Amino acid sequence: MKIQQISVFIENRPGHLAAQIRALAEAGINIVTLSLADTEQFGILRLIVRDWEKAKGVLEAAGRVVKTTEVLAIEVEDRPGGLAELLEVIDAGGINVEYMYAFTYGFKGRAVMIFRFEDPDAAIAALQAKGIGVLDAVDLFRRAEG
Amino acid sequence: MRTLWNDAGGEFHPVCAPDFLPLDRLQGLQLQRLRATVKRAYENVALFRGRMEERGIRPGDIRSLDDIRSLPFTEKTDLRDTYPFGLFASPMNEIVRVHASSGTTGKPTVVAYTEEDIEVWASVMARTFACNGLHRGDILQNAYGYGLFTGGLGAHYGAEMLGMTVIPISGGQTDRQIMIMKDFGVTAISCTPSYFIHLVERAGELGIDLRDLPIRAGIFGAEPWTEGIRRHAEEQAGIKAYDIYGLSEIIGPGVASECTEQGGIHIFEDHFYPEIVDPKTGEPIPDGESGELVFTTLSKKAMPMIRYRTHDITSFITEECACGRTIRRVKRVGARSDDMFIIRGVNVFPSQIEAALLAVEGVQPHYQIILTRQKGLDQMEVQVEVTPELFSDQVRDLESVQRRISKSIEGTVGIRAAVRLVEPHTIERSMGKAKRLIDNREK
Amino acid sequence: MTDFPFENRIWDPAETLARDELRALQAERLRETVARVAHVPFYRRALAERGVGADDIRIADDVRRLPFTTKEDLRQHYPLGFLAVPREELVRLHGSSGTTGKPTFVAYTAEDLECWANLCARFLVAGGLRREHMVQIAFGYGLFTGGFGLHQGVELVGASIIPAASGNTPRQVMLLVDLRPEVLICTPSYALNIAEVARAKGYGPDDIALQFAHFGGEMWTEDMRHEIERALGIQAFNNYGLSEIIGPGVSGECAARGGMHISEDHFLVECLDPDTLEPVPEGEQGELVITTLTKQAMPLLRYRTRDIAALDSAPCRCGRTGTRMSRVVGRTDDMLIIRGVNVFPSQIEEALLRVDGATPHYLIEVDRPGAMDEVKVKVELRPEAFSDRMDEMQRLRDRIGREIFTVTGLRVGLELVEPQTLERSAGKALRVIDRRQNRPGG
Repeated sequence: MKIQQISVFIENRPGHLAAQIRALAEAGINIVTLSLADTEQFGILRLIVRDWEKAKGVLEAAGRVVKTTEVLAIEVEDRPGGLAELLEVIDAGGINVEYMYAFTYGFKGRAVMIFRFEDPDAAIAALQAKGIGVLDAVDLFRRAEG
Repeated sequence: MRTLWNDAGGEFHPVCAPDFLPLDRLQGLQLQRLRATVKRAYENVALFRGRMEERGIRPGDIRSLDDIRSLPFTEKTDLRDTYPFGLFASPMNEIVRVHASSGTTGKPTVVAYTEEDIEVWASVMARTFACNGLHRGDILQNAYGYGLFTGGLGAHYGAEMLGMTVIPISGGQTDRQIMIMKDFGVTAISCTPSYFIHLVERAGELGIDLRDLPIRAGIFGAEPWTEGIRRHAEEQAGIKAYDIYGLSEIIGPGVASECTEQGGIHIFEDHFYPEIVDPKTGEPIPDGESGELVFTTLSKKAMPMIRYRTHDITSFITEECACGRTIRRVKRVGARSDDMFIIRGVNVFPSQIEAALLAVEGVQPHYQIILTRQKGLDQMEVQVEVTPELFSDQVRDLESVQRRISKSIEGTVGIRAAVRLVEPHTIERSMGKAKRLIDNREK
Repeated sequence: MTDFPFENRIWDPAETLARDELRALQAERLRETVARVAHVPFYRRALAERGVGADDIRIADDVRRLPFTTKEDLRQHYPLGFLAVPREELVRLHGSSGTTGKPTFVAYTAEDLECWANLCARFLVAGGLRREHMVQIAFGYGLFTGGFGLHQGVELVGASIIPAASGNTPRQVMLLVDLRPEVLICTPSYALNIAEVARAKGYGPDDIALQFAHFGGEMWTEDMRHEIERALGIQAFNNYGLSEIIGPGVSGECAARGGMHISEDHFLVECLDPDTLEPVPEGEQGELVITTLTKQAMPLLRYRTRDIAALDSAPCRCGRTGTRMSRVVGRTDDMLIIRGVNVFPSQIEEALLRVDGATPHYLIEVDRPGAMDEVKVKVELRPEAFSDRMDEMQRLRDRIGREIFTVTGLRVGLELVEPQTLERSAGKALRVIDRRQNRPGG
């Protein structure tokens, strides 16, 4: 159920983001989705890619600090109120969201969001109890890459 | 004689008399005190006795001032190696004050004073302020930090001895400093030159022109500065800016000061005997040539220092000073013969920053210290390479790493540093040894 | 007299003056003080309004005929309107934070400083300080009177001082362990913090040489005393003072520790009902109102301290005759004491008003999760201050933090909140939530 996300440290300076994206491109790695957390000094680039081990290897070979984290890909109704309902379930379960970002591929009226929880297992249990779909890696990449 | 005491005006304070001793009497006093100091150090401090015995010297062998050259040098590392009390020459019950500065590594450098030492210290600081043309009736804003740092309390006691009104404002809170300067009609401020430049800039932002205020003197020390900064401070604030010099191992501030002639710093050599030596060989060099300043204390009781290597580079000024003082002058101190740097009046060695970084889990000693001056205030940025142990996918974790590093540095050297995390392998390594310090402060 | 934990030594014979002699001395000095304040326009007016002069003071109780002085009066005569001597005679100025921007300043002549040092020496010696001791002073120095007052007292006794000042707790611990001082001087909460950091570094009472501590600058409790004494293996003594009156040195505990002996030869202390301003019966709590009897530079008549305590004039077994005051148990205004610093909510408001983007809608939350007070200020932002860029939000937060530091001298935690989210009750917002444990009445 859990998806491996890789995150990379980048300095908040011109050219630093492009260099990393270029390294991945040259290795033929397709980025399915990403988010960038920015602060005054540095950023954290979070990536979802199919072959995360390869991507990690490429970035590390380029001298980058890379970390993998387990995140969840959760289906959400693609209509007004869809996300609100999902968040209410998460809230009711007393589960802490560290951060989240949107996934662009809709499928049968449903969108997908990437969530980073403090305790992903507790989140899975709470969501599944309410019948909310949590995608595994196979499902996710099939939707994303067709 | 009285007419020569011109810079003290009609307010001559008797504590300043030794500034004007005829040379033969000064040297007589120096020799008598040198002999007593060497005897005291030999009899009470194992390190000094041991080193003198190695060289086969006994206190009685010091018969002239030149005989000082036969004595061994003392280094800052000697204070660390004998930490905390090893260089004390007085029993603990005669010690009334202990100060400390950060040492070259984890342990601080501890210095001690007897009641008599405190009295001498106040007198040399009183002479410093008198040199700067101040006297009873002046209102001094003392913005040196109070506490373990010798600057604040050292200046304070001297100002009080001279009979000035002292506002012990200590460092920081610039807006309040400006408000007080204005509201109380402050006539003199003591602080680091860089802090004063910052204060002038901030005053400008607040729409206050210091030239309109009664302040007329700045007593600046604890860090090297230049004629350019002097001109700037004097023009922008309508003051006379004076250079003062001191170091805690010798006594604190009050070792030397400019007079109103502003042509080099007069050493209070009835208490601190100066030599200038070749920093490599330790041999004396001809008067007027540049070398390392070395001090022997002549009256310190709790912690006498024999030939202490300051690592400050300067030279004697051989001409007499127009102020009439007979005590010798040296040029403004600037360069160092080691890698120490001074920021906001605090002495810092790169090795201390390294020790502070290594105290934080996951930090590798790949770092660089970058000094800048923003709005007149010295800033220290420490760049640290991110390691896999430090990295996280969450912003707040990385911010917490920055905070931990910053706290560790502040705990070690007492200065807040901005910590910037940088990508691995981005800090230049040259010949296996990284360049640790980039000083971008304008000179 | 033999059951004291250490020798009951008396520093100044004046501490044991017979009560009738003391009252006579107070009357005489009060008369002198009233004559001296004639140099202060504020008092000249106030005395004239009441038709009272120095000649009307015959006994100490005649103090009740004199006018009150408030902090607001001091503020209105900023900076030195209360000076009773020529400016040239001042050798020192100290300050305390005011309710808004301008701090309150207090001034000292050389004679005042000597007197102040002697008053601090009195309670320090009463609480075990001896010439042969080494003392770590972890109070802030500078404009704050705490550090300097105690420093001068210790110096007068002839003991050795480590002027550590406050902050850098790991270094405080290192000094305790390496230099082995016998006496610690700071705020009680900072002592607890030092003890915690020491414990975290693996040091216990056996690794340090501390025997005594003298605490002041904030309210604390008996429970806290026991906790600190256990943690550091010491005996802790309480002392009291405020900068407007002199600084520390108004009163302090003796070895019997049954209240703090007031140096009544220098301060005339009344305990009044804050509403009626009539004396409360002895032993009952009221507001302390203090008249200085010997201050030269800035004598004050009937200064309203806003501190609530009780008085006890029963003889003490230590032999000192000065009336004892209880701990301060509360305040009659909204002043907070945080890490020894006096803070008024109005100061926070003033700081916020200086920052574009912040509103003066705020909530101060004070906690004491471990030993140290922690302050969080929640601030409502203006809608236009929001940015999608974290770096801009961080800069705004830092700016607010700096302004609060400039005004109060305190570093606080900040939480930026959305407009209209802080509770307003009946038009007046709730400004302070104080959750500190170990707080009297809290």
